[in-house]
Amino acid sequence: MVALDAGYPLGDRDAQARVAMIALSVALVLTAGLSLSHGASGVSLGSVIQSLATGEQMAARDRLILWEIRLPRMLTGVLVGASLAVAGAVMQGLFRNPLADPGLVGVGAGAGLGAVVAIVLGGLAPVWVTQAVGYHLVPVAAFLGGWVSTLLLYRVATRSGRTSVATMLLAGIALGALAGAATGVLVYIADDRQLRDLTFWGLGSLGGASWPKLLAAGPVMALALVAAPFLARGLNGLALGEAAAHHIGLPVQRVKAVAILTVAAATGAAVAVSGGIGFIGIVVPHLLRLATGPDHRFLLINAGLAGAVLLLLADLITRSIIAPAELPIGIVTATLGAPVFLWILLRRRGMVDL
Amino acid sequence: MLSAKDIRVSLGKTLVLHGITAEAQPGEVTVIVGPNGSGKTTLLRALTGDVPFAGQVHLNGQDCARLRPWELAALRGVLPQASVLAFPFTVAEVVRLGLTAAPHAGRPDLVPRALAAVDMAGLSTRLYQELSGGQQARVQLARVLVQVWEPVVDGVPRWLFLDEPVASLDIAHQLGVVRQMRDFARRGGGVVAVLHDLNLTAMAADRVWLMDQGRLTGQGGVAGVLTDAALERAYGCPLRVGRLPPQGGWFSLPQAAGAA
Repeated sequence: MVALDAGYPLGDRDAQARVAMIALSVALVLTAGLSLSHGASGVSLGSVIQSLATGEQMAARDRLILWEIRLPRMLTGVLVGASLAVAGAVMQGLFRNPLADPGLVGVGAGAGLGAVVAIVLGGLAPVWVTQAVGYHLVPVAAFLGGWVSTLLLYRVATRSGRTSVATMLLAGIALGALAGAATGVLVYIADDRQLRDLTFWGLGSLGGASWPKLLAAGPVMALALVAAPFLARGLNGLALGEAAAHHIGLPVQRVKAVAILTVAAATGAAVAVSGGIGFIGIVVPHLLRLATGPDHRFLLINAGLAGAVLLLLADLITRSIIAPAELPIGIVTATLGAPVFLWILLRRRGMVDL
Repeated sequence: MLSAKDIRVSLGKTLVLHGITAEAQPGEVTVIVGPNGSGKTTLLRALTGDVPFAGQVHLNGQDCARLRPWELAALRGVLPQASVLAFPFTVAEVVRLGLTAAPHAGRPDLVPRALAAVDMAGLSTRLYQELSGGQQARVQLARVLVQVWEPVVDGVPRWLFLDEPVASLDIAHQLGVVRQMRDFARRGGGVVAVLHDLNLTAMAADRVWLMDQGRLTGQGGVAGVLTDAALERAYGCPLRVGRLPPQGGWFSLPQAAGAA
């Protein structure tokens, strides 16, 4: 007893998680620099630093590429990657299932339906709508679809202030199927050009990133990312089940409501600017849990950092592999993510307790 | 003091608790006993607000329905019958969750002490899912103990609500849990527990509530409530208190542990 009282409790993984946080921050700075300096044109970060150091003006073309193309693309990649990973981590904490994902409860499907409606029926929209949202019609519609499906889901699954996780999961499956069916009808009536748009939007890409799009969706993602760490204690408690979380003193209903809103905001805005980018939300939190433990105080922050790094790396691959053309980023994340995910399942089947 | 007034619980259209009125005192261990399906666990879950019920539960004079989760958590720890854990937390991390909203949240030094109290010292780095069922139950008990570590704070007693805390434990650890319950009450806290084992009940309890078909059929000291007649009526089995087996043969009572 004396020896036990003297020492700090062993057995938590706070120290490893802090080290991971520092390492991931460094990695994010490095990949962000790489993302800025790498591209189809010859502009490199070295030439930028050189021009700053010597006071020489950069060529106008180079400055344009850097500020109008690469910087918004890099920032969009950081926000989208972080949002997808954090949305996944929050959702998994909420459902107490390491395989839960915003795609699972219909948020992704709802956002997708919104986008498809905009692509196929966008021409029928009243003129004032088209004028108000301009070429943001697809992202705005995707964002709205994500929100509406989350709110609908919440109403279905919540009764007298209590959300049943099982009801919500099943309702999410039903909503996802419904959104999928509606999407199918729209795809059926779409013309050839629209089909091409649909396919590329669905595969996901950072290629369309621009300042206006970033300014429209970025604040929403940033808000969700800032809110998420405040859920950490609540999600840790929920791992014990809702009743036990209540008994250790947590306002369970409030935690769940804020978690749902966070997921909707992060997923809706991310899907809106970049289309369907899969596996970030499921692979990143999973790998971090294996490396540094499931404590959400660190997991949520580290997931944001790692999600951003992973998406920037995936984006670099899409830009290099068949340069100057680009692969849709969803193909890269799925190709990298799905095998990793299967490998985790095979190795840790007993551990993840499905 | 814990006071329950006219507690009624229905599942669908069936009334499973028919108006229970009872009291438990701090400084005492109160044990709820009764046959399967008599409503022991339902009563405990009504007392802790885990099932919807009609009636009132007051803890230290305060209406539990009006207290916020963190206020309740500072007053009482609750051990459910079965505990699942979603993610691979280590033993120490699980116990630390008990400190989440506790007034003494800044005392992680209590984690190894609570683990030592349930004989789990030295296992703090193990992953919870890798433990046996009995070990997991002891970790959950440590988590509850750490939440209400001091049985009395500023003159106000705190409470432990334990649903079958010995169910999956071996006899040595069952006796250990009985000791923890006695110790918590001796230092001024209140303990309310559901137990199946009548011998352990006799060792642990200052006061017994005997449940039968959703009604409280006896309330008081062990010897006064758990009589031959009351046990036979409740359990439908001719139990005899204090009698040795007429044919002799092997038996070992927990009460005799350590006897010369």
